[in-house]
Amino acid sequence: MDLRKQIDKIKPHFEKGGKYEKYGPAFDGIETFLYVPNHTTKKGAHIRDGVDLKRVMMIVVLALVPATIFGIWNIGFQNMGEGQSFWAYFSFGAIRFLPMVIISYGLGLGIEFAYAIFRGHSVNEGYLVTGLLIPLIMPIDLPLWMLAVSVVFAVVIGKEAFGGTGMNILNPALVARAFALFSYAAYMSGNTVWVADAVADGVSGETVLGALGGNIMPNTSVMDMFMGYMPGSVGETSVLMILIGAAFLLFTGIASWRIMLATVIGASLTGLLFNAIGSETNILFNFPWWQHLLVGGFAFGAVFMATDPVTAAQTTKGKWIYGFLIGVFAILIRIVNPTLPEGMMMAILLMNVFAPTIDHYVIKSNVNKRKKRLQKVKA
Amino acid sequence: MSEEKEALFSKNNRALLTDPLSDNNPITVQVLGICSALAITVQLKPAIVMSIAVLFVLVFSNLIVSLLRNMIPSRIRIIVQLLVVASLVILVDQVLKAYAYDVSKELSVFVGLIITNCIIMGRLEAFALANGPWKSVLDGIGNAAGYGFILIVVAFFRELLGSGKLLGYEILGHKGKTIAESTGLYQLGYENNGFMLLSPMALITVGIIIWVHRSKNRKLIEN
Repeated sequence: MDLRKQIDKIKPHFEKGGKYEKYGPAFDGIETFLYVPNHTTKKGAHIRDGVDLKRVMMIVVLALVPATIFGIWNIGFQNMGEGQSFWAYFSFGAIRFLPMVIISYGLGLGIEFAYAIFRGHSVNEGYLVTGLLIPLIMPIDLPLWMLAVSVVFAVVIGKEAFGGTGMNILNPALVARAFALFSYAAYMSGNTVWVADAVADGVSGETVLGALGGNIMPNTSVMDMFMGYMPGSVGETSVLMILIGAAFLLFTGIASWRIMLATVIGASLTGLLFNAIGSETNILFNFPWWQHLLVGGFAFGAVFMATDPVTAAQTTKGKWIYGFLIGVFAILIRIVNPTLPEGMMMAILLMNVFAPTIDHYVIKSNVNKRKKRLQKVKA
Repeated sequence: MSEEKEALFSKNNRALLTDPLSDNNPITVQVLGICSALAITVQLKPAIVMSIAVLFVLVFSNLIVSLLRNMIPSRIRIIVQLLVVASLVILVDQVLKAYAYDVSKELSVFVGLIITNCIIMGRLEAFALANGPWKSVLDGIGNAAGYGFILIVVAFFRELLGSGKLLGYEILGHKGKTIAESTGLYQLGYENNGFMLLSPMALITVGIIIWVHRSKNRKLIEN
């Protein structure tokens, strides 16, 4: 393979003064995707690491692989029931899931490249992760055109309108999901959307949280919750696979362990509190607090969404507060809000909005502390 | 008296009429009157009625305040302006209740809230108190048209995408209980966008209009 030579050969056309100068950003985007660029940041106060953003994004995508593979398998398993081979499940799932991935990446990257050429900046890398996250958090039966509309909305309004990668206030993948939920509620919630062809094939597609929302204690075993043998969004069901991804992210130092831990602590304490209060009319009060961590999108959100470095709080103390409040609000919404069975998405979006405020006050309190210290030294 | 020498539709007077349509639009440039733009743009019909109501109130309050401008003591001018606007709004409200009861019910408090529409008080304070009646009338028409134009554009998209209708007519086809019972686009699996019916989407729609407007209109590009 002489791809490198080929790229070097056509490169001058895309540089300043070349024939296709206008498309330079798109070319640059593809080149740096294929090869590590030889010009990484060398000096300046903003230096953090020798890795460039594209490598970071690729590591997150790798961390998503276990959950994705399990999710694809689970699509088949949920539809066909027991007794089929791994490949039967997997190919059934892949036929359903791959079109969603293709639409998500195709449209999202298309818009990103168009923006880069139009605005003359280099292509933003952030979409590598967002493009996979979006199909992973959608119900498998969502019509593809609805997915397409949501992707366009998330990229244009959720991200490019704010200035592209690194400037967005809200997590773009969650913007896509929130948009789809409010726009096409019938396709995004309920008991029939979480398993492929649930209505036609007569399969029950009720999620644990869906059952609880209907005031019925579900009979899903704890082992099934942990392993992920239950209906749900494609990527969210298997806590085990998400934990493998989380271990990988923490080992490489990409995601913040403080946010993950704080989210779990916040959710556990809130769950404990509601368990202690108890209720006779709302069964969710009695759902064991630790099982909240295993069902719905909690684990997926805590590991892959809340830790998004762009939209999370930046300060160390801020990360603790930010994560803790995500956990608190997620469980609070689950238990107390009857219209939303799952609260993780709303909790993360809400705290995305508040993250800059949290950082502001953390920094301010630090400044005040230092001022007081200075006064003491002077006096 | 320089005013009388000026032609009725001189360049300056025409600018009073056309400026608020684009360069100085009350909604997209001055960002006034947003609450009503969010609240009553779910359907086209209430938006049109609201635009006409604001047009009436703004033109006549501008005219009346402009005629009275040399008699109003400046300390109590806000009260006088409010009195004029409130009387006109009550007039509109009663007419709507008598002749268009359904729309009046849909608009509910927002007819009464025309009194607090910042565009009206803003024009009275900034224009009618300092200019003659003819110019004030033109200014009123221009600003109300600029307001109504944006209102109708937002309502057009919200009703079309949110309920698949325009002025109540099902122009995208009829949506039955099943796909077989549906016609038009709905037969192909199209669904209405429920988000369009919620106010956040109105804000986003106004935002998109501002975005497009500012990138097209060179006078508005900030550096």
